[in-house]
Amino acid sequence: MIAVTQERDHYLESFARFEKATAGNGQEWLRPVRRAAIARFAELGFPTTRDEDWRFTNVAPIAQISFQLAGDAHIELAPRDIEQLTFPGPRDIQLVFVNGRYAPTLSSPASPSDGLSVRSLAQAFRDDRDVLEQHLTRYAGYHQDAFSALNTAFMEDGAFIHVPRGRVVEEPIRLLYVSTATDAPIVTHPRNLIVLDEDSQAVIVEDYVSLDADVYFSNVVTEAVVGQNSVLSHYLIEQESKQAFNVSTLRVEQGRSSSVASHTVLLGGALVRNNVHPVLAGEGGTCLINGLFMGTGRQHMDNFMLVEHASPHCDSRQFYQGILDEQSHGIFSGRIIVHKDAQKTDAKQTNNNLLLSQEAQIDTKPQLEIYADDVKCTHGATIGQIDEDAIFYLCSRGIVKDAARALLLFGFANESLERMKVESIRKHLQALVAQWLPEGKLLEEVR
Amino acid sequence: MLEIKNLHVQAGNHEILKGVDLKVNVGEVHSIMGPNGSGKSTLAQVLAGRETYRVTEGEVLYDGKNLLEMAPEERACEGVFMAFQYPVEIPGVGSAQFLKAALNAIRKRRGLEELDAMEFLTLVKQKIKSLGVDEKLLHRSVNEGFSGGEKKRNEIFQMALLEPRLCIMDETDSGLDIDALKIVANGVNALRTPERAIVVITHYQRLLNYVVPDYVHVLLDGRIVKSGGKELALELEEKGYAWVEEEARAAAQA
Repeated sequence: MIAVTQERDHYLESFARFEKATAGNGQEWLRPVRRAAIARFAELGFPTTRDEDWRFTNVAPIAQISFQLAGDAHIELAPRDIEQLTFPGPRDIQLVFVNGRYAPTLSSPASPSDGLSVRSLAQAFRDDRDVLEQHLTRYAGYHQDAFSALNTAFMEDGAFIHVPRGRVVEEPIRLLYVSTATDAPIVTHPRNLIVLDEDSQAVIVEDYVSLDADVYFSNVVTEAVVGQNSVLSHYLIEQESKQAFNVSTLRVEQGRSSSVASHTVLLGGALVRNNVHPVLAGEGGTCLINGLFMGTGRQHMDNFMLVEHASPHCDSRQFYQGILDEQSHGIFSGRIIVHKDAQKTDAKQTNNNLLLSQEAQIDTKPQLEIYADDVKCTHGATIGQIDEDAIFYLCSRGIVKDAARALLLFGFANESLERMKVESIRKHLQALVAQWLPEGKLLEEVR
Repeated sequence: MLEIKNLHVQAGNHEILKGVDLKVNVGEVHSIMGPNGSGKSTLAQVLAGRETYRVTEGEVLYDGKNLLEMAPEERACEGVFMAFQYPVEIPGVGSAQFLKAALNAIRKRRGLEELDAMEFLTLVKQKIKSLGVDEKLLHRSVNEGFSGGEKKRNEIFQMALLEPRLCIMDETDSGLDIDALKIVANGVNALRTPERAIVVITHYQRLLNYVVPDYVHVLLDGRIVKSGGKELALELEEKGYAWVEEEARAAAQA
């Protein structure tokens, strides 16, 4: 108990210093929310495996490290330092963050003339207070979740994206979060707010990368408000250092007839928790929740889906695929809640997993809570090894065994990647996945 | 070209092939017939290199070389091709990608230049047309969601593309309607050349109306018990296998 109290006290003390340091920064309106959030964290503490939603994930490794806030420590990166990490097209909008802080010299924000806002949250605190007050912290509840509470208490920077009514942004908007080596382990609380007004469309990519094999903690919250008849494609690419921790929460509020796709690829991190929580709040909305997680070594990757059907005639589709090697541990929890009024709900969930070693482990858990009476909900999960019949088939056509294996693993992962409609992103991810495979080089040859 | 001598094969502790002898010369078409469970598919799989079977005795020579020592992919590169009775569905692996990988692996082994994407597509499209296979197949995952007939046609298409020297067809005719059967037969006949040998393993005589074999063998309980010309297939069709079994039993007792 003493240890647990210390863990909490560390964050409470940190908050007291944070409040002092940020006094008079013009965000007084947020202070009650921050205070409520840290108070809630003090009550909740870090979750334990006795909490049903954290049954398979012990967050002690995160709780036990006294992470320091990144603060304003200035780290200068040149564009070429991040060159290999990024893949923007010529017209893409890109915001780059270094250790949680917006780096203007590395970024190419939207031109201010065209009504589209893509800027740092720190900037938006100054310029967009109306929109922020209307939406920020309204969706990602910190009452149930200690990590969201911490993020809410400490958030300073991140991305603010506001797509005006009727606007279709075809080029992907990229948010690149780079972590660099620091003297002591740091925690960042990236906070992104995405607002799509009616009839608009956007593609947004969050990419978490590391320049060094360092211990740090990214505690991310993204809130997306998708207006009537709007279309959002959201990509999360997690390639943190193998010693880092990443807890990400994507909370989506969907308006009437809106369409959302959430694509996730988890490749890095020592311990990763990926929360995806769409609420289909308006009639006729659809959402696709698509993910791929690939673990090796002792990586721990926990995917926690919570799909809430709150209105009639909404469709949701969940597809998650896991490939786990060595002693890695993957988790897929897929919870679907169909509220009382959400008649004609059509919800489907599929989780397929490949285990490549004896020690690799997967826990998969569907959970349906249905309070309406006219709904269609299905779920299915598979856990398997690599298909020896398929290996033999490929070999019998002249392909060497290692290449056959690489083809099969890539094919399995690619089922997930093929659901990603933006070609430049898909190709980038296909290359990342090929690199991940031990036999990936052979794949280059056969592709 | 292919010489099987006293081949004994086990799956687990169960002996399936109990001394198979067979000689196939280049340019010949052989048919191996037999009832269910006689060991036909086992023979095909062993020739292709399936590791779940254990060879306990005997040898297989291919062009004078020990076939059983080669890995499945080496056999393929040396020109052995087996059309699967049950082609495997491989979700996520594109047919075009798979075929290009296979073709280039084999070309490399034969000392030929590997084909680039354009050359490959030109070749594939030409072959695919001649076999009446839908070009859309190239954009789909290998065998995924294919009907039974499509899968079998796909095997023949692969065979045509990879140009093997020894073609082994494992019940390629099973479950086909007459139209699909004719397409398969035409594909096989197109490959029938003096430089190539074909072994057609089948349960039914029907395919042999279209692919007329030079020799017919009856495989019973793990042994080839009778061999003859194409007339033997017709006789089996008419009378079934009982009389061959009887003959074999009598011969064993004598």
